[in-house]
Amino acid sequence: MNGPQDMGGRAGFGAVESEADEPVFHAEWEKTALGLTLCAGALGHWNLDSSRHARECLPPAKYLTSSYYDIWLTALENLLVDHGEVTREELAQGEVLQPGLRPERMMAAEKMMGVLKTGGPVDRSAKGEPAFSVGDRVKLSGDQVTTHTRRPTYAMGKVGTVTGIRGYHVYPDSSAHGQGEQPCWLYGVTFDGQTLWGAGAEPDTEVTIDAFERYLSHA
Amino acid sequence: MRALETILVGKGLVDPAAVDLIIDTYENKVGPRNGAQVVARAWTEADFAQALRDDATTAIESMGFAGRQAEHMEVLWNTPDTHNMVVCTLCSCYPWAVLGLPPVWYKSAPYRSRAVSEPRKVLSEFGVTLPESTKVKVWDSTAEVRYLVIPVRPEGTEGWSAEALADLVTRDSMIGTGLAKEPVT
Repeated sequence: MNGPQDMGGRAGFGAVESEADEPVFHAEWEKTALGLTLCAGALGHWNLDSSRHARECLPPAKYLTSSYYDIWLTALENLLVDHGEVTREELAQGEVLQPGLRPERMMAAEKMMGVLKTGGPVDRSAKGEPAFSVGDRVKLSGDQVTTHTRRPTYAMGKVGTVTGIRGYHVYPDSSAHGQGEQPCWLYGVTFDGQTLWGAGAEPDTEVTIDAFERYLSHA
Repeated sequence: MRALETILVGKGLVDPAAVDLIIDTYENKVGPRNGAQVVARAWTEADFAQALRDDATTAIESMGFAGRQAEHMEVLWNTPDTHNMVVCTLCSCYPWAVLGLPPVWYKSAPYRSRAVSEPRKVLSEFGVTLPESTKVKVWDSTAEVRYLVIPVRPEGTEGWSAEALADLVTRDSMIGTGLAKEPVT
Protein backbone atom coordinates (compact mmCIF):
# COMPACT_ATOMS: atom_id res chain seq x y z
CA MET A 1 0.00 0.00 0.00
CA ASN A 2 1.20 3.48 -0.80
CA GLY A 3 0.71 4.73 2.75
CA PRO A 4 2.87 7.17 4.66
CA GLN A 5 5.72 4.63 4.83
CA ASP A 6 6.16 4.73 1.05
CA MET A 7 8.52 7.70 1.12
CA GLY A 8 11.00 7.13 -1.68
CA GLY A 9 11.26 10.16 -3.95
CA ARG A 10 8.74 12.34 -2.11
CA ALA A 11 9.57 16.03 -1.92
CA GLY A 12 9.36 18.48 0.94
CA PHE A 13 10.94 16.67 3.88
CA GLY A 14 13.99 18.91 3.99
CA ALA A 15 17.62 18.25 4.77
CA VAL A 16 18.94 15.16 6.52
CA GLU A 17 19.97 16.08 10.03
CA SER A 18 22.45 13.75 11.68
CA GLU A 19 23.39 13.97 15.33
CA ALA A 20 27.04 13.86 16.34
CA ASP A 21 27.87 11.10 18.84
CA GLU A 22 24.28 9.95 18.81
CA PRO A 23 23.35 7.67 21.71
CA VAL A 24 21.75 4.30 20.93
CA PHE A 25 18.59 5.39 22.73
CA HIS A 26 17.32 8.91 23.46
CA ALA A 27 14.99 8.01 26.32
CA GLU A 28 14.22 5.12 28.64
CA TRP A 29 10.84 4.49 27.00
CA GLU A 30 12.57 3.84 23.66
CA LYS A 31 14.45 0.95 25.24
CA THR A 32 11.24 -0.51 26.55
CA ALA A 33 9.52 -0.05 23.19
CA LEU A 34 12.25 -2.08 21.51
CA GLY A 35 12.24 -4.78 24.17
CA LEU A 36 8.47 -5.15 24.31
CA THR A 37 8.16 -5.22 20.51
CA LEU A 38 10.61 -8.11 20.25
CA CYS A 39 9.19 -9.99 23.23
CA ALA A 40 5.56 -9.58 22.16
CA GLY A 41 6.45 -10.75 18.66
CA ALA A 42 7.61 -14.02 20.19
CA LEU A 43 4.02 -14.75 21.28
CA GLY A 44 3.41 -15.74 17.67
CA HIS A 45 0.21 -13.83 17.00
CA TRP A 46 1.85 -11.99 14.12
CA ASN A 47 5.01 -12.08 12.04
CA LEU A 48 7.57 -9.58 10.76
CA ASP A 49 5.45 -8.72 7.73
CA SER A 50 2.21 -8.21 9.62
CA SER A 51 4.01 -6.02 12.17
CA ARG A 52 5.38 -3.86 9.32
CA HIS A 53 1.85 -3.64 7.93
CA ALA A 54 0.52 -2.54 11.31
CA ARG A 55 3.05 0.34 11.26
CA GLU A 56 2.25 1.48 7.72
CA CYS A 57 -1.49 1.40 8.57
CA LEU A 58 -1.09 4.17 11.13
CA PRO A 59 -2.90 7.35 10.02
CA PRO A 60 -0.50 9.32 7.78
CA ALA A 61 -0.63 12.41 10.00
CA LYS A 62 0.35 10.27 12.99
CA TYR A 63 3.05 8.33 11.12
CA LEU A 64 4.73 11.42 9.72
CA THR A 65 4.86 13.23 13.05
CA SER A 66 6.03 10.31 15.19
CA SER A 67 9.50 9.10 16.03
CA TYR A 68 10.24 5.59 14.86
CA TYR A 69 9.97 4.04 18.30
CA ASP A 70 6.63 5.83 18.74
CA ILE A 71 5.48 4.25 15.46
CA TRP A 72 6.61 0.85 16.77
CA LEU A 73 4.88 1.33 20.10
CA THR A 74 1.56 2.49 18.66
CA ALA A 75 1.55 -0.37 16.16
CA LEU A 76 2.41 -2.81 18.96
CA GLU A 77 -0.55 -1.63 21.03
CA ASN A 78 -2.83 -1.98 18.02
CA LEU A 79 -1.58 -5.51 17.32
CA LEU A 80 -2.01 -6.57 20.94
CA VAL A 81 -5.56 -5.19 21.01
CA ASP A 82 -6.46 -6.72 17.61
CA HIS A 83 -5.27 -10.13 18.80
CA GLY A 84 -7.09 -9.89 22.11
CA GLU A 85 -4.02 -9.93 24.36
CA VAL A 86 -4.66 -6.45 25.76
CA THR A 87 -7.75 -4.24 25.84
CA ARG A 88 -8.06 -0.47 25.42
CA GLU A 89 -9.42 -0.31 28.94
CA GLU A 90 -6.30 -1.97 30.29
CA LEU A 91 -4.08 0.46 28.37
CA ALA A 92 -6.08 3.42 29.70
CA GLN A 93 -6.02 2.19 33.29
CA GLY A 94 -2.53 0.71 33.24
CA GLU A 95 -3.55 -2.48 34.98
CA VAL A 96 -4.44 -6.07 34.17
CA LEU A 97 -8.21 -6.62 33.90
CA GLN A 98 -8.29 -9.99 32.17
CA PRO A 99 -5.80 -12.84 31.70
CA GLY A 100 -3.47 -13.02 28.69
CA LEU A 101 -4.14 -15.56 25.94
CA ARG A 102 -0.71 -17.08 25.42
CA PRO A 103 1.35 -16.98 28.60
CA GLU A 104 2.74 -20.41 27.64
CA ARG A 105 4.46 -18.68 24.70
CA MET A 106 6.26 -16.11 26.86
CA MET A 107 9.89 -16.08 25.77
CA ALA A 108 12.23 -16.36 28.73
CA ALA A 109 15.47 -14.38 28.74
CA GLU A 110 17.63 -17.49 28.22
CA LYS A 111 15.75 -18.38 25.06
CA MET A 112 15.70 -14.77 23.82
CA MET A 113 19.52 -14.80 23.77
CA GLY A 114 19.46 -17.62 21.23
CA VAL A 115 16.72 -15.98 19.17
CA LEU A 116 18.69 -12.74 18.83
CA LYS A 117 21.69 -14.80 17.70
CA THR A 118 19.84 -16.84 15.09
CA GLY A 119 17.27 -14.28 13.96
CA GLY A 120 14.51 -15.39 11.63
CA PRO A 121 15.87 -16.42 8.25
CA VAL A 122 13.29 -16.14 5.47
CA ASP A 123 15.00 -18.26 2.80
CA ARG A 124 13.22 -21.49 1.94
CA SER A 125 13.99 -24.60 -0.14
CA ALA A 126 13.63 -23.54 -3.74
CA LYS A 127 11.02 -25.12 -5.95
CA GLY A 128 11.76 -24.72 -9.65
CA GLU A 129 14.13 -22.40 -11.43
CA PRO A 130 14.11 -18.60 -11.43
CA ALA A 131 12.00 -17.18 -14.26
CA PHE A 132 14.44 -14.34 -14.83
CA SER A 133 18.21 -14.23 -15.39
CA VAL A 134 20.78 -11.59 -14.65
CA GLY A 135 20.66 -9.10 -17.51
CA ASP A 136 16.93 -9.53 -18.24
CA ARG A 137 14.89 -6.36 -18.64
CA VAL A 138 11.90 -6.48 -16.30
CA LYS A 139 8.98 -4.26 -15.36
CA LEU A 140 7.92 -3.82 -11.74
CA SER A 141 4.16 -4.22 -11.42
CA GLY A 142 2.33 -0.91 -11.19
CA ASP A 143 -0.75 -2.37 -9.53
CA GLN A 144 -1.71 -0.22 -6.56
CA VAL A 145 -2.94 -2.28 -3.61
CA THR A 146 -4.28 -1.44 -0.16
CA THR A 147 -2.56 -4.49 1.37
CA HIS A 148 1.09 -4.98 2.33
CA THR A 149 3.64 -4.95 -0.45
CA ARG A 150 7.36 -4.25 -0.72
CA ARG A 151 7.04 -2.51 -4.07
CA PRO A 152 7.95 1.16 -3.60
CA THR A 153 5.72 3.48 -5.61
CA TYR A 154 8.67 5.31 -7.17
CA ALA A 155 9.64 2.17 -9.12
CA MET A 156 6.15 0.87 -9.92
CA GLY A 157 5.59 0.35 -13.62
CA LYS A 158 9.24 1.16 -14.33
CA VAL A 159 11.62 -1.02 -16.33
CA GLY A 160 14.92 -2.11 -14.84
CA THR A 161 17.55 -4.80 -15.23
CA VAL A 162 17.94 -7.93 -13.14
CA THR A 163 21.35 -7.58 -11.51
CA GLY A 164 21.20 -10.33 -8.88
CA ILE A 165 19.33 -13.44 -7.80
CA ARG A 166 19.07 -13.26 -4.02
CA GLY A 167 17.41 -16.56 -3.18
CA TYR A 168 14.00 -18.08 -2.57
CA HIS A 169 12.31 -16.03 0.13
CA VAL A 170 9.02 -15.74 2.03
CA TYR A 171 6.59 -13.51 0.13
CA PRO A 172 5.66 -10.56 2.37
CA ASP A 173 2.49 -9.71 0.44
CA SER A 174 0.86 -12.99 1.52
CA SER A 175 2.71 -13.50 4.79
CA ALA A 176 1.51 -10.15 6.17
CA HIS A 177 -2.12 -11.19 5.76
CA GLY A 178 -2.22 -14.71 7.17
CA GLN A 179 -2.06 -16.23 3.70
CA GLY A 180 1.05 -18.29 4.26
CA GLU A 181 4.65 -17.86 3.26
CA GLN A 182 4.21 -18.60 -0.48
CA PRO A 183 7.99 -18.29 -1.01
CA CYS A 184 9.33 -17.31 -4.41
CA TRP A 185 12.50 -16.08 -6.10
CA LEU A 186 13.88 -12.73 -5.05
CA TYR A 187 15.94 -10.55 -7.39
CA GLY A 188 18.02 -7.44 -7.31
CA VAL A 189 16.55 -5.11 -9.95
CA THR A 190 18.43 -1.98 -10.92
CA PHE A 191 16.83 1.16 -12.36
CA ASP A 192 18.81 4.09 -13.70
CA GLY A 193 18.12 7.51 -12.25
CA GLN A 194 16.64 8.89 -15.47
CA THR A 195 14.11 6.05 -15.62
CA LEU A 196 12.93 6.78 -12.09
CA TRP A 197 13.16 10.56 -11.91
CA GLY A 198 13.22 11.78 -15.49
CA ALA A 199 15.07 14.82 -16.72
CA GLY A 200 15.79 16.11 -13.23
CA ALA A 201 17.67 12.99 -12.15
CA GLU A 202 21.14 13.46 -10.75
CA PRO A 203 23.73 12.32 -13.31
CA ASP A 204 25.11 8.79 -13.19
CA THR A 205 22.98 7.48 -10.35
CA GLU A 206 20.99 4.26 -10.06
CA VAL A 207 18.77 2.51 -7.52
CA THR A 208 18.59 -1.22 -6.87
CA ILE A 209 15.60 -2.71 -5.10
CA ASP A 210 14.99 -6.29 -4.03
CA ALA A 211 11.94 -7.51 -5.91
CA PHE A 212 9.96 -10.74 -5.63
CA GLU A 213 9.30 -12.72 -8.79
CA ARG A 214 5.54 -12.08 -8.58
CA TYR A 215 6.25 -8.34 -8.85
CA LEU A 216 8.02 -8.70 -12.21
CA SER A 217 7.27 -9.31 -15.87
CA HIS A 218 9.55 -9.41 -18.92
CA ALA A 219 9.89 -6.01 -20.53
CA MET B 1 4.69 3.00 28.05
CA ARG B 2 5.09 1.85 31.61
CA ALA B 3 1.41 0.86 31.49
CA LEU B 4 1.96 -1.49 28.58
CA GLU B 5 5.00 -3.05 30.20
CA THR B 6 3.13 -3.50 33.48
CA ILE B 7 0.24 -5.19 31.71
CA LEU B 8 2.32 -7.54 29.59
CA VAL B 9 4.55 -8.57 32.46
CA GLY B 10 1.52 -8.87 34.78
CA LYS B 11 -0.16 -11.24 32.33
CA GLY B 12 2.94 -13.37 32.09
CA LEU B 13 3.33 -12.55 28.39
CA VAL B 14 6.71 -10.81 28.65
CA ASP B 15 9.70 -11.77 30.77
CA PRO B 16 11.19 -8.51 32.10
CA ALA B 17 14.61 -10.18 32.10
CA ALA B 18 14.22 -10.74 28.34
CA VAL B 19 13.48 -7.03 27.86
CA ASP B 20 16.60 -6.15 29.83
CA LEU B 21 18.65 -8.62 27.80
CA ILE B 22 17.49 -7.07 24.51
CA ILE B 23 18.30 -3.57 25.73
CA ASP B 24 21.72 -4.58 27.03
CA THR B 25 22.51 -6.43 23.79
CA TYR B 26 21.85 -3.46 21.53
CA GLU B 27 23.03 -0.75 23.89
CA ASN B 28 26.31 -2.37 24.91
CA LYS B 29 27.23 -5.42 22.83
CA VAL B 30 26.11 -5.18 19.23
CA GLY B 31 27.13 -2.07 17.33
CA PRO B 32 29.18 -0.67 14.45
CA ARG B 33 32.42 -1.98 15.96
CA ASN B 34 31.29 -5.37 14.65
CA GLY B 35 31.00 -4.10 11.11
CA ALA B 36 34.30 -2.22 11.39
CA GLN B 37 36.04 -5.52 12.17
CA VAL B 38 34.48 -7.10 9.09
CA VAL B 39 35.65 -4.20 6.92
CA ALA B 40 39.18 -4.18 8.33
CA ARG B 41 39.50 -7.89 7.69
CA ALA B 42 38.16 -7.48 4.16
CA TRP B 43 40.87 -4.86 3.56
CA THR B 44 43.69 -7.01 4.90
CA GLU B 45 42.82 -10.62 4.00
CA ALA B 46 42.23 -11.47 0.35
CA ASP B 47 40.72 -14.86 1.27
CA PHE B 48 38.21 -13.25 3.60
CA ALA B 49 37.33 -10.63 0.98
CA GLN B 50 36.64 -13.46 -1.45
CA ALA B 51 34.55 -15.29 1.16
CA LEU B 52 32.46 -12.12 1.57
CA ARG B 53 31.92 -12.02 -2.18
CA ASP B 54 30.94 -15.69 -2.29
CA ASP B 55 28.62 -15.78 0.74
CA ALA B 56 28.63 -12.70 2.94
CA THR B 57 26.20 -14.14 5.50
CA THR B 58 28.44 -17.12 6.22
CA ALA B 59 31.66 -15.11 6.17
CA ILE B 60 30.26 -12.56 8.63
CA GLU B 61 28.81 -15.30 10.81
CA SER B 62 32.28 -16.86 11.00
CA MET B 63 33.34 -13.75 12.93
CA GLY B 64 30.54 -14.31 15.42
CA PHE B 65 28.23 -11.64 14.02
CA ALA B 66 24.89 -13.15 13.13
CA GLY B 67 21.23 -13.12 13.92
CA ARG B 68 18.36 -10.71 13.91
CA GLN B 69 18.34 -8.31 10.96
CA ALA B 70 21.44 -9.86 9.39
CA GLU B 71 20.07 -13.22 8.29
CA HIS B 72 20.81 -12.53 4.63
CA MET B 73 23.84 -10.30 4.09
CA GLU B 74 25.39 -8.78 0.97
CA VAL B 75 28.46 -6.58 0.91
CA LEU B 76 28.93 -3.65 -1.46
CA TRP B 77 32.46 -2.56 -2.39
CA ASN B 78 33.12 1.10 -2.80
CA THR B 79 35.84 2.07 -5.28
CA PRO B 80 37.04 5.39 -6.70
CA ASP B 81 34.62 4.76 -9.61
CA THR B 82 31.57 3.52 -7.70
CA HIS B 83 30.02 4.70 -4.46
CA ASN B 84 27.33 2.59 -2.81
CA MET B 85 24.85 3.82 -0.22
CA VAL B 86 22.01 2.02 1.53
CA VAL B 87 18.51 3.11 2.50
CA CYS B 88 15.20 1.55 3.45
CA THR B 89 12.54 3.79 1.92
CA LEU B 90 9.65 1.64 3.20
CA CYS B 91 10.62 1.25 6.86
CA SER B 92 13.94 1.06 8.68
CA CYS B 93 15.66 -2.16 7.55
CA TYR B 94 19.27 -2.12 8.73
CA PRO B 95 21.89 -4.83 9.41
CA TRP B 96 21.63 -4.93 13.20
CA ALA B 97 24.19 -7.68 13.78
CA VAL B 98 27.00 -5.68 12.20
CA LEU B 99 25.90 -2.06 12.76
CA GLY B 100 23.61 -2.21 15.79
CA LEU B 101 20.37 -0.24 15.82
CA PRO B 102 19.96 2.46 13.16
CA PRO B 103 20.53 6.15 13.96
CA VAL B 104 17.50 8.44 13.95
CA TRP B 105 18.42 10.09 10.65
CA TYR B 106 18.43 6.70 8.87
CA LYS B 107 14.77 6.22 9.91
CA SER B 108 13.81 9.83 9.16
CA ALA B 109 11.61 11.04 6.31
CA PRO B 110 14.31 13.30 4.79
CA TYR B 111 16.75 10.41 4.35
CA ARG B 112 14.19 7.82 3.31
CA SER B 113 12.61 10.12 0.73
CA ARG B 114 15.73 11.67 -0.78
CA ALA B 115 18.42 8.97 -0.67
CA VAL B 116 16.93 7.41 -3.79
CA SER B 117 16.06 10.57 -5.75
CA GLU B 118 18.96 12.89 -4.91
CA PRO B 119 21.73 10.79 -3.39
CA ARG B 120 24.50 13.23 -4.33
CA LYS B 121 22.75 16.08 -2.51
CA VAL B 122 22.15 13.85 0.51
CA LEU B 123 25.82 12.87 0.50
CA SER B 124 26.81 16.53 0.43
CA GLU B 125 24.74 17.07 3.58
CA PHE B 126 26.96 14.47 5.19
CA GLY B 127 30.01 16.37 3.97
CA VAL B 128 30.77 13.90 1.21
CA THR B 129 31.30 15.38 -2.24
CA LEU B 130 32.09 12.84 -4.91
CA PRO B 131 33.60 13.60 -8.29
CA GLU B 132 31.07 13.54 -11.12
CA SER B 133 32.98 10.61 -12.56
CA THR B 134 32.02 8.47 -9.55
CA LYS B 135 28.83 6.54 -10.16
CA VAL B 136 26.41 6.50 -7.22
CA LYS B 137 24.57 3.24 -6.59
CA VAL B 138 21.73 3.35 -4.06
CA TRP B 139 20.42 0.13 -2.52
CA ASP B 140 16.84 0.22 -1.23
CA SER B 141 16.40 -2.60 1.30
CA THR B 142 12.93 -3.67 0.19
CA ALA B 143 13.21 -7.32 1.29
CA GLU B 144 15.13 -9.20 3.99
CA VAL B 145 18.57 -8.79 2.40
CA ARG B 146 20.75 -6.48 4.47
CA TYR B 147 23.63 -4.53 2.94
CA LEU B 148 27.02 -3.62 4.38
CA VAL B 149 29.18 -1.13 2.48
CA ILE B 150 32.93 -1.76 2.42
CA PRO B 151 34.40 1.74 2.15
CA VAL B 152 37.54 2.54 0.20
CA ARG B 153 40.64 1.84 2.29
CA PRO B 154 42.33 5.15 3.08
CA GLU B 155 45.66 5.84 1.46
CA GLY B 156 48.68 5.79 3.69
CA THR B 157 47.55 2.74 5.66
CA GLU B 158 49.77 0.15 4.00
CA GLY B 159 50.98 -2.37 6.53
CA TRP B 160 48.47 -1.37 9.20
CA SER B 161 46.96 -4.09 11.36
CA ALA B 162 43.30 -4.94 11.04
CA GLU B 163 42.80 -3.68 14.58
CA ALA B 164 44.26 -0.26 13.76
CA LEU B 165 42.33 -0.08 10.49
CA ALA B 166 39.03 -0.82 12.24
CA ASP B 167 39.37 2.48 14.10
CA LEU B 168 39.14 4.30 10.75
CA VAL B 169 35.85 2.62 9.83
CA THR B 170 32.87 4.74 10.84
CA ARG B 171 29.25 3.65 11.01
CA ASP B 172 28.32 6.08 8.24
CA SER B 173 31.07 4.73 5.98
CA MET B 174 29.38 1.31 6.21
CA ILE B 175 25.97 2.76 5.31
CA GLY B 176 27.58 4.70 2.48
CA THR B 177 26.85 8.20 3.77
CA GLY B 178 30.44 8.68 4.84
CA LEU B 179 33.99 7.70 3.95
CA ALA B 180 36.51 5.93 6.12
CA LYS B 181 38.57 8.31 8.27
CA GLU B 182 41.93 9.44 6.97
CA PRO B 183 44.88 8.37 9.10
CA VAL B 184 46.27 11.08 11.33
CA THR B 185 49.84 11.76 10.23
